[in-house]
Amino acid sequence: MANKIPENLHYSKDHEWVKVDGDVATIGITDYAQHALGDVVYVELPSVGDKFESHEAFGSVESVKAVSEIFTPIAGEIVEANDGLNDNPEAVNNDAYGDAWMIKVKMNNPLEADAMLSAVEYEEYLSENE
Amino acid sequence: MSITKVTQHPTQNEELIFDRSQTGRIGYRLPKLDVEETNIDEIIPSELRRQDDLDGVPEVSEVDVIRHFTRMSTWNFSIDLGMYPLGSCTMKYNSRLNEKVARIPGFANLHPLAPVAGAQGALALIYKLQEDLAEITGLPGISLQPAAGAQGEMTGVLIIRAFLDKRDGEKSRERRVMLIPDSAHGTNPASAALAGFTVKTVNSTAAGLTDMEHLKKLCDEGGIAGLMLTNPNTVGIFEKNIKEICDIIHQAGGLVYMDGANMNALVGVARPGDMGVDVIHLNLHKTFSTPHGGGGPGCGPCCCTLELEPFLPIPRIVKDGENYKLDFNRPESIGRVKAFYGNFGMMIRALSYIQTHGAEGLKEATESAVLNARYVGHHLVEDFDKPFDSDPMHEVIFSHKKQTRKGVHTLDIAKRLIDYGFHPPTIYFPLIVQGAMLIEPTESVGRQDLDAFIDAMKAIAQETVENPDLVINAPHSTRIGRLDEAAAARKPVLRWQPDMETLSKTA
Repeated sequence: MANKIPENLHYSKDHEWVKVDGDVATIGITDYAQHALGDVVYVELPSVGDKFESHEAFGSVESVKAVSEIFTPIAGEIVEANDGLNDNPEAVNNDAYGDAWMIKVKMNNPLEADAMLSAVEYEEYLSENE
Repeated sequence: MSITKVTQHPTQNEELIFDRSQTGRIGYRLPKLDVEETNIDEIIPSELRRQDDLDGVPEVSEVDVIRHFTRMSTWNFSIDLGMYPLGSCTMKYNSRLNEKVARIPGFANLHPLAPVAGAQGALALIYKLQEDLAEITGLPGISLQPAAGAQGEMTGVLIIRAFLDKRDGEKSRERRVMLIPDSAHGTNPASAALAGFTVKTVNSTAAGLTDMEHLKKLCDEGGIAGLMLTNPNTVGIFEKNIKEICDIIHQAGGLVYMDGANMNALVGVARPGDMGVDVIHLNLHKTFSTPHGGGGPGCGPCCCTLELEPFLPIPRIVKDGENYKLDFNRPESIGRVKAFYGNFGMMIRALSYIQTHGAEGLKEATESAVLNARYVGHHLVEDFDKPFDSDPMHEVIFSHKKQTRKGVHTLDIAKRLIDYGFHPPTIYFPLIVQGAMLIEPTESVGRQDLDAFIDAMKAIAQETVENPDLVINAPHSTRIGRLDEAAAARKPVLRWQPDMETLSKTA
């Protein structure tokens, strides 16, 4: 199954994507991740002002199969959480890179994003692990 | 002559009980009033009475109710109908003898508040079961009070917490890390968190075992309160390094809790106490053949070392000469975890199971459970991806990896198995195997049933190649086809309401 992997994003090995805009990172889960999870029925997100270390779990995604934690690849403070996912968790399946963004983080260290995988590297990582 | 299939038969087209209601139908008749009538306001104030005249409650007769629910009961699958290979759940046969023993009037009618002197038989039974479970686990301290596996687990973790608090005093605050493998049951981290611990995840190796290097590294980080480990683990593989694992945790100052969910692979063959485990819970409703889930309450005994025994829940059932008594005087106890003494009915059935098998029989049951899982594993390895090479214990894990390229996933295979008359295995657990199918036949199936199950799985593998849609759209033979599980979870309808569209007409 071909996975959508937009070029302008950064990727983690835990299948999160990051989009950088100034010192704010928008974070969601990848198309590959939503396929693996199956139909998403609930998304639990943190509150504005919460602070996270990188690789710390910031929330969870519940699908018909299981509940999975989601990790932030970037340390920082939550400036916005996508409350729209409360009523519309299926967005994670339908539009993983758009409507289903999860959190916006004010980054402690913007260099963290640069250390992540590029689209090409993430695609390679996926094919190695298929 | 032409035959038309009738679809109005009630077994095909069951209405909701609400839809069967007829205004004014009454299924009872009260006797004539033979006392003086009292004004209801004098007995129950009006603010405590409902004002809606039970609006919406169905008006049906007794026979309507009995037939409605009996018909629906025939839509269920049960262990009395066929093989139920739900991995990690040990859905073994619940013998009729257990039920007969549990109905002996002296047990069945005993009041939980009966004086100890009048309940000596029941206390003797509990005591005897404790002794047998101590022998089976190699852990002499036992409480049968917890009502389910997760509660037994919670009890075990609270005991670890109480022990550390006593041993380390104030310093115990620095010891709050509970290590849990990435393959663990979800209840493990939940119990640890409830008891005030922080969870750190231990990785599994490619062989499906605890990653010893990662375990050591996490222990070196310090603050270790303990480890919660299932053995055999949740992929059905025996943790062969268990002794070393326990040593590492003990050296780090922590204790080892074993999740006893998979004891059906060990009873009569290997004892957690001998492996270095400090505390374990059992599931009488799994390993010891008492009813499971909707079939009856559970029982999750907590067994521990003598060192931890003072912390077990009260009351303890102790022997005093020839008599049994309840000991409440345990100042270090974590307290009560369940009303009275736990689910006594399950203790009767479990003891019946142990006594009817005897030591040899229990060992044979374990061996058969393992043999059956290996037999299934051996015969399906060509058709389904088996992620771990090691011989499984009482359950064997496969994945959908060989089927996904045809668009067939684990859920589809599970649904198609229903068409072949089998309850599906556990699916999508544990999470470390993508598209997991965890198959636990138990010892309660003979060769013919195992072969029929293997044939069904092989047929599904074949169908996946030749006609994947047949599998993807399964089940076909059931009253209701594939349910929309996502919609059910996203927009659950939990309660009937008077103005609701009739659900049964759209089903």
